[in-house]
Amino acid sequence: MNQGKPVLDAAIRARLRGDGAFRGLVLGLSLVATVPLLFILLFIIIRGASSINWQFLTELPRPMGETGGGISNAIIGTIILIIVATIISVPLGVFAGIFLAESGKTRLGTVARLSVETLMGIPSIVIGIVAYVWVVRPLKQFSGFSGGLALAMIMLPVITLSTEETLLMIPVSLREAALALGVTYPRMIMKVILPSGLSGIITGILLAVARGAGETAPLLFTAFGTPFMNLNILKPMASLPQTIFVYATSPYPELQTLAWGAAFVLLVIVLALNIVTKLVTSRWKIQF
Amino acid sequence: MRSTRLSDRAFRTGLVLGGVVVSVLLIAIFLSLLLSSRPALVKNGLRFLTGTEWNPVTDTFHALPFVAGTLLTSFVALIIATILSLALSVLMGEYFKKGVFANIMRTAVELLAGIPSVVYGFIGLFFLAPLIRLLQEAVGAPPYGVSILTASILLAFMILPYSASIGREMISLVPSDLKEAALSLGATPSETVWKVTLPYARSGILGGILLSLGRAMGETMAVTMVIGNANDLTPNILGPGNTMASLIANEFSEASGDVYLASLIEIALLLFIISTLINVVGKIIVNRMAQAS
Amino acid sequence: MKISRIAVAAIILTVAAGLGFSQSVQLVGAGATFPAPFYTKVFDEYNKQFGVQVNFQAIGSGGGQTQLKGKTVDFGASDVIVTDEVAKSFPAPFVSIPMVAGAAVITYNLPGSPELKLTPDIVADMFLGTIKRWNDSRIAALNPTVKLPNTAITVVHRSDGSGTTAVFSDYLSKVSDNWKSKVGVGQSLSWPVGVGGKGNPGVAGLVKQLPGAVGYVELIYALQNSMPYAQLKNKSGNFVKPSLASTTAAANVTIPDDVTKVSLTDTEAADGYPISTFTWILIYKEQSYDNKAQAKADAMVKLLWWLTHDAQQYAQPLSYATLPPAVVAKAETLIKSITFNGTPLMK
Repeated sequence: MNQGKPVLDAAIRARLRGDGAFRGLVLGLSLVATVPLLFILLFIIIRGASSINWQFLTELPRPMGETGGGISNAIIGTIILIIVATIISVPLGVFAGIFLAESGKTRLGTVARLSVETLMGIPSIVIGIVAYVWVVRPLKQFSGFSGGLALAMIMLPVITLSTEETLLMIPVSLREAALALGVTYPRMIMKVILPSGLSGIITGILLAVARGAGETAPLLFTAFGTPFMNLNILKPMASLPQTIFVYATSPYPELQTLAWGAAFVLLVIVLALNIVTKLVTSRWKIQF
Repeated sequence: MRSTRLSDRAFRTGLVLGGVVVSVLLIAIFLSLLLSSRPALVKNGLRFLTGTEWNPVTDTFHALPFVAGTLLTSFVALIIATILSLALSVLMGEYFKKGVFANIMRTAVELLAGIPSVVYGFIGLFFLAPLIRLLQEAVGAPPYGVSILTASILLAFMILPYSASIGREMISLVPSDLKEAALSLGATPSETVWKVTLPYARSGILGGILLSLGRAMGETMAVTMVIGNANDLTPNILGPGNTMASLIANEFSEASGDVYLASLIEIALLLFIISTLINVVGKIIVNRMAQAS
Repeated sequence: MKISRIAVAAIILTVAAGLGFSQSVQLVGAGATFPAPFYTKVFDEYNKQFGVQVNFQAIGSGGGQTQLKGKTVDFGASDVIVTDEVAKSFPAPFVSIPMVAGAAVITYNLPGSPELKLTPDIVADMFLGTIKRWNDSRIAALNPTVKLPNTAITVVHRSDGSGTTAVFSDYLSKVSDNWKSKVGVGQSLSWPVGVGGKGNPGVAGLVKQLPGAVGYVELIYALQNSMPYAQLKNKSGNFVKPSLASTTAAANVTIPDDVTKVSLTDTEAADGYPISTFTWILIYKEQSYDNKAQAKADAMVKLLWWLTHDAQQYAQPLSYATLPPAVVAKAETLIKSITFNGTPLMK
């Protein structure tokens, strides 16, 4: 045998070169996929953060064309809409998730899971139309409630599926131990199973909230928007995504600056939720 | 003892109710769309799917330009996203399964998924559109900047995370003994990926592509901000166009006339049906792949 | 689970607070983006002076009509005259009260922002797509001192149902048979070329972004964004620059008895700008519907009176023409005809 480097024939060398090229291609394309993200984030941070000041966060919008003003009503509006959506979707979603985890293989369970997965794939604008038909038209009023309902329908499948997934991962031994100790079925679910899966369930809720907070389309004809501060969910309400949409497409530099700031705030909220989700998962997760 | 049995049954009923409610919700959504679009279904008939004119003035409502726009933007987005997400899946499934770089990439992709549609549209309007304008000028097309291509590129980045995570999952399902067999026979890692892993995961990846297609078709805000909002049937990706979702966003709040509003809801119904079908088929394929391994 | 109990309590309190929050009378309106800068300004002033919140969402004239028809808003705003035929489809009779007059200007994006002179046929041909470049001989002939670039003309029109579009197309149909036969008049048109923007702001935004673009917007949008706009040759043969003065001149016409039927386009006035229009607020004649409180109807009528009188002072700084006295008189008659359970709300 030769000492030192082995001598490879030309064909093998070509294949090794091809291997390197392929790796390079994969790496290159992956960077093409992810570098724009960096760009987007940097840009919004630079442009948006500079708009953030006390006035921006606490004042209401000014009439068209005037400088100054803020987006306080949009920030509060988004928070209220999310609260309403959470109240509607979390109890229903968690219960539906428990049902799927418990009775997933039954006929109703299969139908329910199919329904939830289909709901997940419905475009948000279609949900907005449904909320308009169900709430806005009959009540003859645009309202934060209808917007919250639309967001709830968008959040529901996310919460349901992640709850089911979490609960399915809990070992059977835990249930059996509880039942063997004489714990009733409801108690077993609520006091033993749910708490064990809490981190996963909260993760699902936070992810659903992150998704709901960013939705614009369904709010266009439900929450409608308002230049005033409004806490009343039976009346039209402003929201961050809608504000961004309206201001970004306007020609006024002042409004565009506000839009960058609003995008920054929205991004911070959404990304913070995603990061908190990660921390919750790693810290609270009960390992079996 | 009787009280616990009652609460036991009440609880179980509550759970069943949860399952029933979500099922009923879906049916209710479908029925609502169907009923609300009835005036249009009756008036437009089958011409709705084949005609090319959308004219509120003459009460003529045809969906084809928007179906075409939806499919065109989604397919172009899909091509771009598939190439990029396959690269990401292979990167994270084969080359960098663990480690700092893997974590960075994974986080980056997840963050991409978290950016709201309207923010994508905002960025697209201010950055992508001028770039596309340069392209249009270079080839002699009208330099709108906003176009089907602009929307497709934005869409590609929006569905990328979803597509990449499914791809990664499908690739991880490939049995390692297959890969190791190939390597032991002298294949290079890339040859293994190219000739063993990807073909094996092919159907799963196809399913993932379909699921991403379903996602792309429903995107509204980013698309409506950069597509140019022209309601004609056109295959020209360097020109403006419109999609079903974008049309609804533009015209819903002002659609007076019962047939007009009902026609928009009919478009929503069509969008609902098409995206549901694609999602169902995609899910079936993905599940079958997962079960096979 | 103490946390959950506190959370639930907090949520209930928030919602209850929101629901029970005793706010002053709130009015909701929707419609035209054409007068939106004026409306947002005066509603802001109204809130400061009287504490009444008027939430106006500028979604286009079409939107204003639709939402009023669906009774989801208290009033609609429209720049387009609602024809009798369309009015019949509304659930109840409504009145259209003129507010201000404005001008739809031809704005564009050219290096150096030159002020161009244009004629009606050129404008029609630009928007029809027959004139494709800025240095077309016809445009150059009218503007010999301007260096026109060889850039393509990018038409920007409205993507939503627009009163501004209706006014613009009404004008073009009057001055160009070609336009009339190929495209016609309407809030939503089948545009032969171009891209669509949402609302006046959307069109202005796109024109500002795209070099070589041309679009039609209300004067104030061009002014507030330092965008150039064209002088247009009017019926008398004069090149008129859109301005407060030329809009006022166009608005000073004999008003027919039904003030809602007057079109100011292609005006006879010698120094009038040819694409001018009134803009109206639409409101149901009988205000007691859907359990509306009398207080709200009262507030609505007071608002309308204020808009047509005291609020007029805010129009001119924004380059909207105030209502001529004859029109104000007609508006007063209309306002006085609004009733609650049959009784007029304003005497």
